[in-house]
Amino acid sequence: MDLIADHISHRFGTLDVLDNVSFTVRAGEVVAIVGPSGCGKSTLLSILGGLLRPSEGQAELRGAPPAGSLNPLTFVFQDFALLPWCTVEANVEFPLVHTALGKSERRAVVDDALRRTGLTDFRGAYPKQLSGGMRQRVGIARALAVRPAILLMDEPLSALDAQTRELLMEDFIRLLADGSMGAVYVTHNLEEAVRLADRIVVLSRRPGRVREVVSIPMTRDERGDINARGKLLAIQNDLWSLIREEAIDAEREVQHA
Amino acid sequence: MLDRAPQETQDETRPRPVAFRGAGFTPSAGRYSGWIALALVIAFWQLAGSAGWVNALFLPPPSAIVAAIYKLALSGALWQHLSWSVMRIGSGWILGTIAGVIVGFGIGLSTLARGVGITFISALFPIPKIALLPLLILWLGIGEEPKIATIALGVFFSTAISVYSGVDAVPRNLIRMAQSFNVPFHLIVRRVIWPGALPSILAGFRITASVALLLVVSAEMIGAQYGIGAFVLQAGNLMQTDQLLAGVVILSVFGLVVGKGINLLEARLLHWR
Repeated sequence: MDLIADHISHRFGTLDVLDNVSFTVRAGEVVAIVGPSGCGKSTLLSILGGLLRPSEGQAELRGAPPAGSLNPLTFVFQDFALLPWCTVEANVEFPLVHTALGKSERRAVVDDALRRTGLTDFRGAYPKQLSGGMRQRVGIARALAVRPAILLMDEPLSALDAQTRELLMEDFIRLLADGSMGAVYVTHNLEEAVRLADRIVVLSRRPGRVREVVSIPMTRDERGDINARGKLLAIQNDLWSLIREEAIDAEREVQHA
Repeated sequence: MLDRAPQETQDETRPRPVAFRGAGFTPSAGRYSGWIALALVIAFWQLAGSAGWVNALFLPPPSAIVAAIYKLALSGALWQHLSWSVMRIGSGWILGTIAGVIVGFGIGLSTLARGVGITFISALFPIPKIALLPLLILWLGIGEEPKIATIALGVFFSTAISVYSGVDAVPRNLIRMAQSFNVPFHLIVRRVIWPGALPSILAGFRITASVALLLVVSAEMIGAQYGIGAFVLQAGNLMQTDQLLAGVVILSVFGLVVGKGINLLEARLLHWR
């Protein structure tokens, strides 16, 4: 199943946020969206996931979702969005309760999602008892439970410390390895983008336009290789040079506002 | 002399401890201090009464109040008055709370209800509800109904306000999360908004419990044969200050018990906080 941004523009009141953004996320593909602060990355993701109606254009799906998918477009949130009154297990089960799955099927799905994210031993814990990294793992387990076709990840690591980010990045790489699941990965961290994405959509400063789409010419497996490091760093530097001037302007603008 | 450096200069080459300056600003309730203070005040009060420093007619000593409560309990009068008050508070509070929760959720969830509801609540909330009792007596007769209705009205407004504030305070990201999983509206209300608003709703219960107590006493003073409020008023009219203060102590204990009950409810329902 492909996800298509079709000439999407958006404004909040008189503020133009996105201007005519178009690109396609093909089945199983990981597309990162990067750009200076305030360029509308998160707004774009909300529009793609049907949480926000764009002023113009639309988000489209093409092709059938994978068999058994309960929620083809599934978000992973920056702030985890866990229900604080529910245990880890109940949080993961939350999106399944209204589905046609029976109790035992739900239990099996939850068990599987907890196992894949290493949370089995924490199933009875409450979010407040967990570290930030474990909380985001609960968010990921919840997303996996509905068998998504495309994960919509809104800066999923930016609320975490550097070491936890590294560990979760390894989890993402593992979960996306078999290509059964695609992702749109919004980040301001270019290193995350080059490690994870097949293609990187670079947005301009507000109103966000597609400035460039950069392909990473190697598989995620190859990127783990020490020899690939230089190449990735070069791509990262190219991306930074694309964004830097605008990032400076964007930062000044925020400070004056 | 003035421009000379102090005689006892420190040897700055030697290590010395960094002065601690982080003290204070962290008050914590001592475990016994409150009880000790209370016991001291009661003891002093008793002493003042026994020693004849104050006229027992105007301020009877604690022992006289305890004796009065004991006698009231033995004669059965205490239970009679208390049961009338509890019945009025209970029915008024339950009616007001049910209506307040329904209206509060309506205001929290619907644009139309918000526009209309907030206008009416803002206009009517500041009215001291006891002022409506005479009108309610005209409408509903001189039985229990106007007293219960007064309490229900007082409880209703505070509950409605705390419920819609609670609904407003539910993090929007949780609602968006639920929507992103296609969770239907009624389940979002039941599983996200209700538990999310519960802390504010329970805080509202604390307020409405005291509103109900205030209104029941006022209403009973205006027109009732039985009830703690009526009892306190009668005792005052007869200059039976020990009985009067016995009634006040019973009200205080009643308030404390309700407060403890809400504490228990919070500990049970909000353990996740």
